[in-house]
Amino acid sequence: MTLRIAVCVKYVPDATGDRGFADDLTVDRDEVDGLLSELDEYAVEQALRISEESDDAEVTVITVGPDDAKDALRKALSMGADKAVHVNDDDIHGSDVIGTSAIVAKALEKTGFDLVICGMASTDGTMGVLPALLAERLNLPQVTLLSEVSVEGELVKGRRDGDAATELLEAPLPAVVSVTDQSGEARYPSFKGIMAAKKKPVEELDLDDLGIDADEVGLAGSWTQVGEVTARPPRTAGTIVTDEGDGGKQLAAFLSSQKFI
Amino acid sequence: MGNDFDLYRLSEEHDMLRETVRALAEAKITPFAAAVDEEARFPQEALEALVAADLQAVHVPESYGGAGADALATVIVIEEVARACGSSSLIPAVNKLGSLPVILSGSEELKKKYLAPLARGEAMFSYCLSEPDAGSDAAGMKTRAVRDGDFWVLNGVKRWITNAGVSEYYTVMAVTDPEKRSKGISAFVVEKSDEGVSFGAPEKKLGIKGSPTREVYLDNVRIPADRMIGAEGTGFATAMKTLDHTRITIAAQAIGIAQGALDYAKGYVQERKQFGKPIADFQGVQFMLADMAMKLEAARQLTYAAAAKSERVDSDLTFFGAAAKCFASDVAMEVTTDAVQLLGGYGYTRDYPVERMMRDAKITQIYEGTNQVQRIVMARNLP
Repeated sequence: MTLRIAVCVKYVPDATGDRGFADDLTVDRDEVDGLLSELDEYAVEQALRISEESDDAEVTVITVGPDDAKDALRKALSMGADKAVHVNDDDIHGSDVIGTSAIVAKALEKTGFDLVICGMASTDGTMGVLPALLAERLNLPQVTLLSEVSVEGELVKGRRDGDAATELLEAPLPAVVSVTDQSGEARYPSFKGIMAAKKKPVEELDLDDLGIDADEVGLAGSWTQVGEVTARPPRTAGTIVTDEGDGGKQLAAFLSSQKFI
Repeated sequence: MGNDFDLYRLSEEHDMLRETVRALAEAKITPFAAAVDEEARFPQEALEALVAADLQAVHVPESYGGAGADALATVIVIEEVARACGSSSLIPAVNKLGSLPVILSGSEELKKKYLAPLARGEAMFSYCLSEPDAGSDAAGMKTRAVRDGDFWVLNGVKRWITNAGVSEYYTVMAVTDPEKRSKGISAFVVEKSDEGVSFGAPEKKLGIKGSPTREVYLDNVRIPADRMIGAEGTGFATAMKTLDHTRITIAAQAIGIAQGALDYAKGYVQERKQFGKPIADFQGVQFMLADMAMKLEAARQLTYAAAAKSERVDSDLTFFGAAAKCFASDVAMEVTTDAVQLLGGYGYTRDYPVERMMRDAKITQIYEGTNQVQRIVMARNLP
């Protein structure tokens, strides 16, 4: 039996670029280059490693995003994923994580899977709750924030490194897992991988294909709304404490005024 | 007009390869470039990173276990590695130079035996043409190969051998019939482990200090006759044919080094403030940057056109290979020198990378044929 691994990936604005917002307060994607979320590269990497360890496995990358999101899929295919699913529909524009999770869950059901692997969060929204939402919607066990993951028989096993303890976890397949940036460096696409990627199948789906009503998702269907967007003010010069015998007291007073102590 | 016009632009795959190599080079090669230069040590980190991503010898055909990259893709790999570290770019560049004689003229057995380890990253390949008294006049070489039954016995000294000592394999040109001059030269594959092979002390160089350049001594090196590349007497022709292709990789190295210097200088002039504003606001500085970018782009376009000709083996390849190498290396020298100028006193110190790039650029005007020799080659092969 083929082990079907689905990796959820996101096409995000380049964090090093300038961020701009459109009139509806969504990210203005024309203003900044997009790329495969770095944190999702770890998920792709773990999927590929599990696939390489397995006798028979297939890695499918799934994304929800605009036309350019195909670049994120292409990158994942270049790294070695076998095929891709791109959910793309104008009505999805502005969906929050609740809406997105509904779309991804339907896409996963349609594609079929034994194991879903997600990154720990997106690098733009940084919600980090999509894996849990997917597990809930799909009624599956979730094993999140793993720094190590493997598939043994009908089980997915992993290690979660917390602040106070390390947990060794397992769940029966099918299951949803997420992996952290400590799970192992993502590979660079090889030349062969880049050349092969163009020929790999990319399935395009819209909301109709998934049986989702437009008003359940998008800006209007979202449970959360962005009320206002303000650029972070430029850093100020900071406060310099000159020690004239009472430096310690001044410092303590400053920290206390900022509620640090 | 429209965005679907595909002439004069790279394919999506080539663009993606550049992105990939740039990301890899910035993460895994740039951090060590200064130390590699300062300590004149082999860029082991770069080798490991390139091998891990299968980028150390992308030109090896798929049928011999390689990535099967075309000449333009190979150029992009070398260019992007050179942008980070000139010394490291000699890993993919010299792997192509050393192995191309085998690819162009070698027997099926030689290809199978020597290209697979190269493609796997287990061995590197160097090229041994020059000698102490045979540089531009390569046909004046003295290294001899004498037939002894099923063996050839090689004796002589090869000089300026890039990556000597770290490479496992060496393409060696040697005289098999002194009467016939260039037609009496044959090419062989020599292995580092062959008895009688040894290396001189590393040269103390101006630039590309991380790439070892040493003499290769051949002292009664006895190798099986099937190590000959192509037929007896064809070695010099193979060597020259190889250079037609690989001069373009030197052009790639030159534009990569120059791009590294321009990128650094471009960032610096926006940060550096004098007279109350960034020096990038001064027209004198802007004109310098414009000239640098213009020359560099012209060199890049010529190099890419030449790379396409290399892949197709066009009849005017010899001219284009020489022209690309000559033009791009002269541009690299100008651009890196101007980058040092733009950084002023800081540019002259080893605390900033541009003086290293200027030193690294110089060799591209010299090796694989000096730019004076390139002009002779061009003049004899005018389009």
